[in-house]
Amino acid sequence: MKKQYKAAALISGGLDSMLAARVIQDQGIYVEGLNFFTGFCVEGHTHAIRKKDRNKPKRNNALWVAEQLGVKLHFVDVVEEYKDILFNPKHGYGANLNPCLDCKIFMVEKALEWIKENDFDFIITGEVIGQRPKSQRKDTMPVVARESGAGDLLLRPLCARNLPPTRPELEGWVDRQALFDFSGRTRKPQMALARRFGFEDYAQPAGGCCFLTDAQYSDKLADLWQSRGQKQYELDDIMLLKVGRHLRPGPEFKVIISREEGEGNFLQGYRDRFVSLKTTSHAGPLALIDGEAGEAGLELAARLVARYSQGRDAERVELEIREKDGSTRTLSVAPLQPHEIPKEWRL
Amino acid sequence: MTRVTVDARRLLCPMPVIRVQNKVRELEPGAIVEAICTDPGALNDIPAWCRINGHKVLETRSEDGEHIIVLEVGSK
Ligand code: SF4
Repeated sequence: MKKQYKAAALISGGLDSMLAARVIQDQGIYVEGLNFFTGFCVEGHTHAIRKKDRNKPKRNNALWVAEQLGVKLHFVDVVEEYKDILFNPKHGYGANLNPCLDCKIFMVEKALEWIKENDFDFIITGEVIGQRPKSQRKDTMPVVARESGAGDLLLRPLCARNLPPTRPELEGWVDRQALFDFSGRTRKPQMALARRFGFEDYAQPAGGCCFLTDAQYSDKLADLWQSRGQKQYELDDIMLLKVGRHLRPGPEFKVIISREEGEGNFLQGYRDRFVSLKTTSHAGPLALIDGEAGEAGLELAARLVARYSQGRDAERVELEIREKDGSTRTLSVAPLQPHEIPKEWRL
Repeated sequence: MTRVTVDARRLLCPMPVIRVQNKVRELEPGAIVEAICTDPGALNDIPAWCRINGHKVLETRSEDGEHIIVLEVGSK
């Protein structure tokens, strides 16, 4: 009986990895999906937090893709291991703090571990030569294969015919002629293939699959590292970077101010880990103090928070200051005027 | 019958799914897992994860801002 070959597909939730998996399924290969959770993934979070987004469909695209394909999906939690990649990317960062090439190598390396443990035969990704200027180029494709250790067990079905044949092709597990030769930044071939398979409503991430490609997010992360004197973070830190206004009035502390009710509710969950402020005389946001503000800093933060409350034009605004242990006290301050908030404070 | 609770409160998707997945991995078919979440996205994601991985959702309910998904581990 002919052996049933098995492939692990890296599923990001975007169209390309979906197509790659489907192309290989069409060749009679059994496919299961892997999705790596670094903590920076775009999926879900901000939708879950912001109230105005709550009515949008909250599907997780990787799960949706797996369901369309009829394949199992395994999430792989790489939050801790990913720190090494992000702190010291051997191949450097992209336009922002996105270490895409190192990230790809790392994920393929993890996929290689997975196929060995689970007795699968090869790995597929949705990479396309020239699709991304830094990480998906003709010269980076062999780098990913080599440095991940996957070598010729890594097959990219969408651009395989532009690359040397891999083991699945050479051994006849898959038919090279039925694979593709996509290249360049155009999305047209992918869209045509999606139509052929009847895929609709797929996700089209603009910059990349994670927040690290976002300039503003990267700035906030760089600020976090600088303020701590080292590249370090916990999962909570990187979640909080997605929420609220971040203002840094001084090197010792920053203030995270909710922009709407959903964010306020989310920040509430952190009140045992941060000193928090809430206006009481007027409706207003909830704010967290990240760092050590001291008494003068706290008053400055209170004036700042008052500025973002309904009492912005009032002479005095009262706020409740809550310590991490739950004890509270009241502070009455004059809201800052717009010209008293330097642009550099905004992260 | 094994019955376990996964506390995924305050976690944002896909973390509740990951917690459930890791717990399910340790359990035998037929075991019951009750996941308690605060991210409403879990109401979609956990059942979707169950459908594609062969587990059965027995119940979903929401009360006091918490979303509870009860599932039965399928054969793996
Ligand atoms: S966009 Fe983010 S997740 Fe995607 S390859 Fe780059 S660093 Fe990795």
